[in-house]
Amino acid sequence: MSADLGTGPVSNALTADNISVVFGGLVAVNDVSFTIPDQSIVSLIGPNGAGKTTFFNVLTGLYTPTSGDVRFGDRDITGQPPHKIASWGMARTFQNIRLFGLMTAEENVMVAMHSHMRAGIFSTVFGLPKQRREEKEAREVAVDLLDFVGINHTRGEYARNLSYGDQRRLEVARALALKPRVLLLDEPTAGMNPQESARFVEFVHRVRTEKKLAVLLIEHDMSVVMRVSERITVLDRGEKIAEGGPADIKSNQRVIEAYLGKSGAEASEV
Amino acid sequence: MATAELVGPPETREHGRLTHNARWAIGFGTAAVLIFVTYHWVLPSLNANINTFVNSWLPLSVVDECMVWMICALGLNIVVGFAGLLDLGYVAFWAIGGYTAGWLISGQFYNLKIDIFGSPAAGTPGIHINFWLVLVAAAILTALMGILIGAPTLRLKSDYLALVTLGFGEIIPQFFKNGDHLGTLSGSGGFDFTHGERGITPVDPITIGPWKLGPFDLDWQFAVFAAIAAFVIFVCLRLRVGRLGRAWLAIREDELAASMMGVPLMRTKLAAYAVGAVAGGLGGVAFAEHVGGVLPDSFDFSISITLLAMVVLGGMGNVWGVMIGALVLSWINANGLKQVGSTFNSTFGTSWDFPSYNYLMFGLILVLMMLFRREGLLPESRTKLLLREPSRTDVESVGADLEGESA
Ligand SMILES: Nc1ncnc2c1ncn2[C@@H]1O[C@H](COP(=O)(O)OP(=O)(O)O)[C@@H](O)[C@H]1O
Ligand SMILES: [Mg+2]
Repeated sequence: MSADLGTGPVSNALTADNISVVFGGLVAVNDVSFTIPDQSIVSLIGPNGAGKTTFFNVLTGLYTPTSGDVRFGDRDITGQPPHKIASWGMARTFQNIRLFGLMTAEENVMVAMHSHMRAGIFSTVFGLPKQRREEKEAREVAVDLLDFVGINHTRGEYARNLSYGDQRRLEVARALALKPRVLLLDEPTAGMNPQESARFVEFVHRVRTEKKLAVLLIEHDMSVVMRVSERITVLDRGEKIAEGGPADIKSNQRVIEAYLGKSGAEASEV
Repeated sequence: MATAELVGPPETREHGRLTHNARWAIGFGTAAVLIFVTYHWVLPSLNANINTFVNSWLPLSVVDECMVWMICALGLNIVVGFAGLLDLGYVAFWAIGGYTAGWLISGQFYNLKIDIFGSPAAGTPGIHINFWLVLVAAAILTALMGILIGAPTLRLKSDYLALVTLGFGEIIPQFFKNGDHLGTLSGSGGFDFTHGERGITPVDPITIGPWKLGPFDLDWQFAVFAAIAAFVIFVCLRLRVGRLGRAWLAIREDELAASMMGVPLMRTKLAAYAVGAVAGGLGGVAFAEHVGGVLPDSFDFSISITLLAMVVLGGMGNVWGVMIGALVLSWINANGLKQVGSTFNSTFGTSWDFPSYNYLMFGLILVLMMLFRREGLLPESRTKLLLREPSRTDVESVGADLEGESA
């Protein structure tokens, strides 16, 4: 029996144990353990090349870890194919936006409902009542989600035609269509100005509360990270070097060194 | 306010799309009826000159053949245009459909005597199953073969997929060509499955209810082929706007992102392959009826390439565009080039062999289209906009640069 009815003690949406990923000779992720409590907001930070995206790719099933395992709720998902993991409620956005360019915003969102829909070839061709109803409901959900991220006006436009900011929002709407338990956001504020980033922090809180999901954020903008995260994990060269609340991380010597280099850290200590 | 927007434009957009398809469907139906009426009633009542002219430029047998090409091109469009899987061996399914007809409506298996609503000449042995049931049988068989061929193949990345499908497109016709002595290595005896290079002829005529089509009922044959085409068009359009069609397009656009959004790649690709194969099978049965049998030599690589040229010319993924592309190219292939050639030769006193250039021409069409007009001649309005104009973000970044300079 699972106990995650939201009232009991905090359960973990996701648990990664001793994950290592090796590419040829390069150890991209080295023995990293990590948990995401249900309905929490946690961040993964670290310099470029630290292994953050690689870690994401392990969680979503794109890479099978060289060693270690990943549990999603009560389920061991290590080595499972991405589409299954996604259908169980792991949704992500991409560091470099990856929308379906020649499909409308609405269609983009509806693609992510694929695993929750049932219609087969026969019922689609003949437009059986069940298929029609399912299609209508999916469309309504898509519209609600576009509304939720504030880009309802783009519904019939092709994803490639949207502005950069709207494309980022569309990626979130599409991810939410999976009805995720965990939402992974890979550098979502890249290219945003400070006001937009501030609004984004509010948005993440709203997503967490209204959609009742946990958010894992990869983020470079420290002001965003410090304001939004309940817990921060720091990776450097594939290793976890620190973990804790924003205040702990801010004052952590190893983190400052990793970011600024040893001499830089000393200089900034004045 | 948000809810008002919510119902406004999207409804009209959907409405617009429906009427767009409806317009084309009505257009197709009207054209089919007009063609039938013209060849059935109008032409016979006109004078001989007009009949000669029509019979040299657009004889009814060519119209019928064009319908077969169109059915197959629509099937290939599902694989290449919708799902973005480059298939260079689509002729295999055309051949399988053809041989299904060969086996099920001829005297090929002469020690059997099976007649299921068939139309055999009195007393002929063999299997004689009703034409419409054979269509169903071919659909099932090609779907199964599509899955069988696709299952090991579709795991490959696109370049390799193209190569392997090319191989299957060669192997299957070879099997039909050499399948007349199954079970032996000696080249004689054994089970005659495909009748070798001689192919299987004749096949029984098409039946419409109790009535058998005669060899000169090409107008009725056209009506039957147009009905099959209409069915294939309907299937394409319905699937395109549903759950499966979205998944196909998503895979075409970004396979990795699609899988991350819960789309099972193998299953979805297999579905595209199987549904596409079914259209090839239906076209194959129709073609067997059109030429009165199946000949293994008629199924070669050039067919796969010609079909691909039709899909590319019409605009990958666009059902109506592909239809037009198929009609134009199949007419050129069957009759147009020959007629243009003989007119040209008699006007200028030359003696060029125009039809021998047709594959050169299709190859050129493929290359030129890919270089200069990837959206096809009749692209979906969206594709045209997107491929010919810089996308908005490009414009914006250019704008930003310009502003920076003027500041
Ligand atoms: N598919 C891959 N093959 C080989 N090396 C990779 C692959 N993916 C990432 N890497 C390497 O792993 C390291 C971590 O990369 P990444 O996870 O993208 O870092 P981050 O997202 O933290 O900037 C980098 O050195 C990168 O070059
Ligand atoms: Mg990264």
